[in-house]
Amino acid sequence: MMEQKMGLEIHCQVTGTKSKLFCKCRCDYRGKAPNANTCPTCLGLPGTLPLLNQKAVEFAGMTSIALGCKVPDEIAFYRKNYFYPDLPKNFQLTQYNAYDITSIGVEGGLEYGDGKSVRIRRVQLEEDPGRLVYDGGNMETSVYALIDYNRAGVPLVEIVTEPDFVDPKEIRLFLDKITSIVEHLGLCGTKLEGSVRCDANVSVGGGKRVEIKNVGSFADVEKAVRYEITRQKTMTSRDLEVRSETRHWDDARKVTKESRTKEEEQDYRYFPEPDIPTVVLGSEFVSSAQRSMPELPDARKVRFVKHGLSAHVAQVLINNKELADFFESAIKFYSSPKEIANWIVTDLMSFVDERQKEQERSMFAGLKVGPEHIADLAKLVDQDTINRATAKQILGLIVRPGEMPSQVAHKTHAGKIDDVSELAQTIDSVFETEHAAVQDATLNPNAINFLLGKVMQATKGRADPKAALEMIQKKLKEV
Amino acid sequence: MPLYTLGAGQVAAGVKSREFSAEEYIQQLLERIEKVEPKVNAFVTINKGAIEHARTIDKKIRDGEQAGPLAGVAVSIKDNICTKGIRTTCASRMLESFVPPYDATVVTRLQDAGAIVIGKANLDEFAMGSTTEFSRYGTTRNPWDISRVPGGSSGGSAASVAAQECAASLGSDAGGSVRCPASFCSVVGMKPTYGLISRYGLVSYANSLEQVGPIGRTVSDVVSVLNAIAGADENDHTTVGGKPVYTLQERKGLRVGLVREFIEDTDPAVAKMILRAMDTLEGQGCKCKETSLESVAYALASYYTIATAEASSNLARYDNVRYGFDMSPEGYEWNSYFAKARSSFGEEAKRRIITGSYVLSSGYYGKYYLKAQQARSLLKDELKALFKSCDVLIGPTMPILPFKIGEKIDDPLKMYLVDIDTVIANLAGMPAISVPAGFVDGLPVGLQLMADEFQEQTILDAAYLFEQAANVRGSPEL
Ligand SMILES: [Zn+2]
Repeated sequence: MMEQKMGLEIHCQVTGTKSKLFCKCRCDYRGKAPNANTCPTCLGLPGTLPLLNQKAVEFAGMTSIALGCKVPDEIAFYRKNYFYPDLPKNFQLTQYNAYDITSIGVEGGLEYGDGKSVRIRRVQLEEDPGRLVYDGGNMETSVYALIDYNRAGVPLVEIVTEPDFVDPKEIRLFLDKITSIVEHLGLCGTKLEGSVRCDANVSVGGGKRVEIKNVGSFADVEKAVRYEITRQKTMTSRDLEVRSETRHWDDARKVTKESRTKEEEQDYRYFPEPDIPTVVLGSEFVSSAQRSMPELPDARKVRFVKHGLSAHVAQVLINNKELADFFESAIKFYSSPKEIANWIVTDLMSFVDERQKEQERSMFAGLKVGPEHIADLAKLVDQDTINRATAKQILGLIVRPGEMPSQVAHKTHAGKIDDVSELAQTIDSVFETEHAAVQDATLNPNAINFLLGKVMQATKGRADPKAALEMIQKKLKEV
Repeated sequence: MPLYTLGAGQVAAGVKSREFSAEEYIQQLLERIEKVEPKVNAFVTINKGAIEHARTIDKKIRDGEQAGPLAGVAVSIKDNICTKGIRTTCASRMLESFVPPYDATVVTRLQDAGAIVIGKANLDEFAMGSTTEFSRYGTTRNPWDISRVPGGSSGGSAASVAAQECAASLGSDAGGSVRCPASFCSVVGMKPTYGLISRYGLVSYANSLEQVGPIGRTVSDVVSVLNAIAGADENDHTTVGGKPVYTLQERKGLRVGLVREFIEDTDPAVAKMILRAMDTLEGQGCKCKETSLESVAYALASYYTIATAEASSNLARYDNVRYGFDMSPEGYEWNSYFAKARSSFGEEAKRRIITGSYVLSSGYYGKYYLKAQQARSLLKDELKALFKSCDVLIGPTMPILPFKIGEKIDDPLKMYLVDIDTVIANLAGMPAISVPAGFVDGLPVGLQLMADEFQEQTILDAAYLFEQAANVRGSPEL
């Protein structure tokens, strides 16, 4: 039995804080000129000292609590020493579980999917390195590399799980949940390029553990893991030894590749950072963090169900904070939670452009539809102003430009025809063009439905079928 | 009397009363520097803007503005303390062309007090050494005997003060680097309590041990400089407290303990001088007794383990990518470029980087680094207990007299041994001062006084008392 085990190491940038972890430079380095978002401290210039960003500590604390971790009274930062050109100091300030001092979160657990759970080994706070930009696309094909330190020092919350996943599908479900949690905490704008990254480790049949790094998006983690399982199983079946190693995900070829550097053999020479005194969180830290913590996805789901939503619909909404927020804004415009939720989950979702969604990292990429529009639509249907079929057509019209459904309905005369003379005129013209059908209908009452269908077609569904039927029956008697 | 002989207090008074101008004073100092530097070599860089700075102070005084308690006072700054716009080399090739875009907090505070940076003082590369022989900019010589070492690593700082090239100086002290050269050059040098002085802008060698410290020709000058620089700094999380003010006080009845271990294994001539110092203090009404500090035995091993561990990591950033010296990366793979660039460290720096990497490596951390930290807290506990019955502990600053240049340079272990009496204050984070105790065959001996954490005032009281009574005066002939 070649049972596989998988674990994850997730890095989320703490974009919810304004400044870097140890200096006052801004966290939103994106779009800035290379090395413009730096100062002597994050460039590691001689004589500079790290100044800990308390807000980042609070965010990391909230993440630990949300993931069911123990939060110690004291935390410390350690230096992880290794040489790499993207590290300004040639060490990374991170945390380390040793000598009675632990990371900000340890020994947690999280339930996800349908009754599955995973153990969380640790949550820690650390600094992001800079970025290497290769002129030829990657290290192998480039003559030189450029270094951009704009990202250096941005706070990262690292979440490490135990190897509790057995099915790659679980990974996707878990990452959805993590994404939703960090979004709800305001920790990380997961839609920003490179703000969330994930490394995975895979072992098959109790064999050696292989790490996969450089997976660019959460969507690819599942693919990378699947590839790696197949690779390891194939090797084992051919009696080839699976080595303990670090492999890199090749996004273009969708395979994992052997790394050039032997990271396994690195000795990081961890020791406590002398420039940051031990951070005493104190007994109040957890309770005050809990008090100031925003609502988490699970609690939100419970609240949504109380609004009358089905568990399934509520789950779909909270899986994506953007959808859940959209829903909550919409019901503020018009309080009909069930109707609105259904419009969002079943109808609006069908307009999501998967490609654009990945690119722009937004469910609503390319769509200008807002909560007020969906609320308006639900109101039109609730008040019987338009029928459901028309409402769907209107949604199709307004979803991209973002117009008010009621205005569109008015402009296109999509509202139900109340005017008897208007309906009578339409019936008259149907009777004129459909002689044969009229004849049939006088003999066979079942054929009357054909005429009704024609009337509905001519009115684009705006006719009230009950009224139309009565009028057709009346007119048939006159024939 | 030439202006360059004046102490900090006298300069500030003279400039403020317009007895002489800051410009005249700086001019005389620059001439003095030009005359004695070929013999002493205390400076790496002379500040070309010093005269200009003096003029702005003179103008302030003419305009009736506050010019500060150190108005016009020329101060040399150890070249591992960042000065905006003036290159800061750490006496290393690795920082040959590094011009900091910012001032260290201590430099800002000195300038706010009216002081003028006259130049950057020589040191052992990255403050690693006890003789100032490990400098890329040549050895600094002892002004009392230029064939001998001035001590280190703040050798340039102490020598520049002794040679009357400035009124005062800032050094840094991780294991005795202010007190050792103060002792060898017969000036006053202080290592304050860890956390009293901001390290922002001090290029790190051993972060958990080092402090910036003032050097002057008198206790009074050291007090003036200390008052300017001491106090918490928002740019350094390891600083504590508010903004203390120290004074010169006559204090009687101090309880003084002579540490027996400090006298044993010390040059007998030095030991004799220290015993005489104890008599002097007793003559001034101090209650003196002999005492013992057993954990001295672990001090050196503990110090060199912790210091080299921290140094190995601190010095990792010098890879010649963002700043450094002229060397094109063309044709190198980054690893080989780092290796090539980093081969430019001097011998002692390399030795400490390798030692530090070793003690931190996996499997050895518990055996060395952790054990050193345990020894450190043991030492601190023992000292804390001693300070229940003593106000100050005394002993020699250096166990030997200033030795010949080159005498110990090839024997690192022998060199490390001279730090035995000074590393204790750093390991315990406690304040210590070295004051001139006298001369043996024309060579200076320094008396070290130590007190409990944040007891700077007690140390200064004792040092002042001794200074007044011992009356060790004079300047070297140069
Ligand atoms: Zn910065």
